[in-house]
Amino acid sequence: MSTMISLENVTVSYQHAVEHVASFKEYIIRKLKNKMKYEYFHALNNVSLDVSEGEVLGLIGRNGAGKSTLLKVIAKVLKPTQGKLRLHGRVFPLLELGAGFDPELTGRENVYLNSAILGFKKADINKRFDRIVEFAGLEEFIDAPVRNYSTGMVSRLGFSIATDVQPEILIIDEVLSVGDSEFQKKSESRIQTFCHSGTTILLVSHDLDSVKKICHRVALLEHGQIKAVGNTDVILDQYKST
Amino acid sequence: MTKRHRYYYDSSRRLNPLFAELRELVRYRELLQLLIVNSIKTRYKRSALGVFWTMLNPLLYMTVMVIVFNHLFRFQVANYPVYLLTGLIAWNFFSQTTSQAMNNLIWGSTLIKKIYLPRSIFAVAATGNGIINLLLACIPLSVIMIFTHQPIYMTWWFVPVSLLILSAISLGVALIVSMIAVFFTDILDLYQILLQALFYLTPIMYPEEILPAWAHKYLILNPVYDVVKVFRGPIYSGQLPSFQALCYAFFAAFFILLFGWWFFTRKADQIVYRI
Repeated sequence: MSTMISLENVTVSYQHAVEHVASFKEYIIRKLKNKMKYEYFHALNNVSLDVSEGEVLGLIGRNGAGKSTLLKVIAKVLKPTQGKLRLHGRVFPLLELGAGFDPELTGRENVYLNSAILGFKKADINKRFDRIVEFAGLEEFIDAPVRNYSTGMVSRLGFSIATDVQPEILIIDEVLSVGDSEFQKKSESRIQTFCHSGTTILLVSHDLDSVKKICHRVALLEHGQIKAVGNTDVILDQYKST
Repeated sequence: MTKRHRYYYDSSRRLNPLFAELRELVRYRELLQLLIVNSIKTRYKRSALGVFWTMLNPLLYMTVMVIVFNHLFRFQVANYPVYLLTGLIAWNFFSQTTSQAMNNLIWGSTLIKKIYLPRSIFAVAATGNGIINLLLACIPLSVIMIFTHQPIYMTWWFVPVSLLILSAISLGVALIVSMIAVFFTDILDLYQILLQALFYLTPIMYPEEILPAWAHKYLILNPVYDVVKVFRGPIYSGQLPSFQALCYAFFAAFFILLFGWWFFTRKADQIVYRI
């Protein structure tokens, strides 16, 4: 199996002001008085990890352990301060509810907007449009403005757009299943299909049952470092016992 | 699994951000197009007057100004309505583009924290939007020109060049102020005050000649006036800018754009850290 994602000694650290300075006036005054205090924060500290093609890897750990930061590095949202990231496939993040939707536009227009944000080509979407809308079950509402949609409808559409084509690398941050129970079944079975057909999946979840259910391997993060990585059951037991 | 186009990314082999950002922008050109079209769509959907509002807005403004100032400037300025309107159109382009870029990037920063996008796309979209609004504003301008028997000069051909210079300066400033706006939200109000001041410091509604002699020297420091002049000249007086003025305008526009681009790409990776 070839490597899909490879992290080599990745460190993400940032400087942040001890007190939050959100106003320009305050910033200038503090700069003049030389009263800006910074501290360095290591969100990730020397993390190395390889993920193979078709592998489903779970990331667990307490709040602030660096799980989301790690996903952001892999999604190219955050640039590593040190170390390097290599990707051998395109990454698709499952966006949280409503991110990338413009409420003033219709569902149809939003399908195109969201697809473009994900990097799909327009000609491509033209062909797949009906299938996306059908999966989301929104045929009747597709020309209504999204501000009239319920949150469930928006997340169904978002899920449907992001997963219409089997992604090479899929990133899931807590949103394993969306919508009503019927759609939850549909979306879960779609993820299951991806699991079995070669998509590399990274899953961050506090729901240990779903981690146990779908992950081939689990990495446990603590204070920005990988504490343990390996067999799902072993790591989960280790995590529960601490 | 067979994949024809094998994707590969290495974070350590990144191009200089100055060029990398440009390349990404080209890659996301379809999104850029959508952002421009969508913001025009939503703008006109929301107001009952729709597309006419863009044309009516400068006209109403112009009417008020003409009533107030026409009498005052009647000896210095030949066709005051056209003088004013050409200045206003160029000014509106600058102020709207830069303000919109700030709001765009603030909206987009929630997205940038979740998915990779070329961050400069929001400022570039605002500029594209400004160009469309400017072209629409040329319709009422033509009406006023016909109404006031303003001759149509051959020098109109130069307008696209003016627009290029205008776009470069506006984009450069838009990149700088929108990046600052992500970090300090109070800059939004501060910038409106600055814009107001700059508007009165620029000969848009009054002729350059009424400024005292000492102030003329400083006028050259105001790059916005430069582009106003470059835009107004060919339409209002049938004069092309002198070679020297043109060089200066090009140089100022190029420098501001380059500086803005450098500043923006240098800071772009830090947007994610802002809550």
